[in-house]
Amino acid sequence: MTSSGSIAFQASGGQPAAGPHGVPPVINLRELSVRLGKRDILKSLTGSFSGRSIGLLGPNGAGKSTLINTLLGFYPPSGGSAEVLGLDIRRNSREIRALTGYMPENDAFVSKMSAVTFIRMMAELSGLPPGAALERAHEALFYVGLGEARYRKLGAYSLGMKQMAKLAQAIVHGPKLIILDEPTNGLDPPARQRMIRLIREMRASKEIHIVLCSHLLRDVEECCEEVLILKQGRIVHQSNLEEERRTNRRFLELEIWGDPGLLTGAIERLGCECALAPGNRLKVILAPEVEVRDVYRIAAEQDVRIRRLNFRRDTLEDIFLKAMETPQ
Amino acid sequence: MSVHKRSYRAYAGPLTAEWSRFLVLQRYARESMFRSRIQTSLFVLCFFYPVLSLAFVYLANNASFLTRFDIRAAGILRIDAQFFLTLTSVQNVLAFILTIFSGPGLISPDLANGALPLYFCRPFSRAEYILGKASCLAILLSWVTWVPELVLFAVQSSLAGFGWFKANLWMAGSIMLISWVWIAVLCLLSLALSAWVRWRLVAGALLLGVLFVGAGFGQAVNRILGTDYGYVFDIANLIATISCRLFGVATTLPISQTEAWSALLSICAACLLLLWRKVRAYEVVK
Repeated sequence: MTSSGSIAFQASGGQPAAGPHGVPPVINLRELSVRLGKRDILKSLTGSFSGRSIGLLGPNGAGKSTLINTLLGFYPPSGGSAEVLGLDIRRNSREIRALTGYMPENDAFVSKMSAVTFIRMMAELSGLPPGAALERAHEALFYVGLGEARYRKLGAYSLGMKQMAKLAQAIVHGPKLIILDEPTNGLDPPARQRMIRLIREMRASKEIHIVLCSHLLRDVEECCEEVLILKQGRIVHQSNLEEERRTNRRFLELEIWGDPGLLTGAIERLGCECALAPGNRLKVILAPEVEVRDVYRIAAEQDVRIRRLNFRRDTLEDIFLKAMETPQ
Repeated sequence: MSVHKRSYRAYAGPLTAEWSRFLVLQRYARESMFRSRIQTSLFVLCFFYPVLSLAFVYLANNASFLTRFDIRAAGILRIDAQFFLTLTSVQNVLAFILTIFSGPGLISPDLANGALPLYFCRPFSRAEYILGKASCLAILLSWVTWVPELVLFAVQSSLAGFGWFKANLWMAGSIMLISWVWIAVLCLLSLALSAWVRWRLVAGALLLGVLFVGAGFGQAVNRILGTDYGYVFDIANLIATISCRLFGVATTLPISQTEAWSALLSICAACLLLLWRKVRAYEVVK
């Protein structure tokens, strides 16, 4: 046995590009292109992602799964390069796969094996000794909620249980990065909630990075900090959702009864930017020291009633739709 | 991660050596192989002829028995190259039958259920996967081919004396060589066919078909073209040609050693190519 218990990020061959805190980004793409047959599937993707959870969005055929498969070394890049956890995908494919857990989109199991045997085998293939593999297989199955069904054959599992078993095999060896390809596919609402809760729990543990590939905006919105939107093999948008959420909290849209001029003047005196819109509506950008309750207070002082107050927040759906309208 | 805490925990323990990971696959494949009673029974039946041969060897070396029935003079009980060639041929046929039941079940379930991405997203290569699966079958076939044959050779050597052993040591080499050639052909054929059709039953039938249809096709080629080159499609004939040469027994088979070896190597290469194309995480649709 080799003693490589603590997994090092730096591989011998790679020269990872360090992120802002000296830690290599989770995914770093440099002009990455992939050509399968005669078709260019990914076209010069460039970007760097360091978030704890990264969402990969795009319509069907945008190249999400191809990007994942390329990062895992299943498809060779036709141009450019990419790094995962600071390791080059061409030179350090095996090391990357040692640090990664993968939950594929489609059914993937051996139907005649019991769940615990299957998960144990996967753990052993990742390098865990048989004893540790068995222990972690039980733990992983309990963790995903299949503890009571762990001795049943995988072929007899429902679709939701198979999804959970796929998640269990992806985390059984304790990877540093987990790639989830459409994890909520075919799940009923309670099962979807369970899956989302597990992903959020893993993210909160701070021991693992998550790449979530989905065409369901809600899944990505609930689980991810960063988002990458692909369209026809190109990146059309990348942003940090957390930052956008924070920024959007400073935007307000008010609909009022009363004299808007009075309220506008009072709000501007607080140092906020304010614009009057038709229909007694105001758009406000709050100054850093001003809170929403200050706006309510001033409105009361000016005898203006606020009928409606919205955070003018771009939802992920807005971001996605804008990205889809972006010309290539 | 722990059962009682139910929280995610990274693994920080020791890891096994990378070169040994293919043995994991071999171990699990073997366990699933012997879960079938038919396969286990067939495996046991494969030892019937070697046990019979063991009795034969004992009798052949039992002087009082031979003298009583005056058999040595008749020359019936002779332990020579022909004896070991017959033993090898019988065991090779049994190995083929065992392969029909055991071989196709190694890869086809993984392909049918889309499990290959789960293997290859780990630090585990396609070559290791094929090696792991093939080694399971190779070990199983070894138990019914060269292992009992060499045991018989050793028993005969101990009974007949060092002189016999020294004079016939080349036969041990022949046993090993022909057995491993046959094992390699069977492993590659069964894995390639099961990877191609992805259905265990069909792969088994196809394996049977390759042997018989190949022979029939070879005969048809011979008749139509008026040649002997059709025999290169007959795997049993190819093995028989090589076996006879290795055991120094005269043969009436019309193809040469070079042709037989070339044909077998071509079959193995074609199987490897097919395996390499089919055993991958995702097939590229061009």
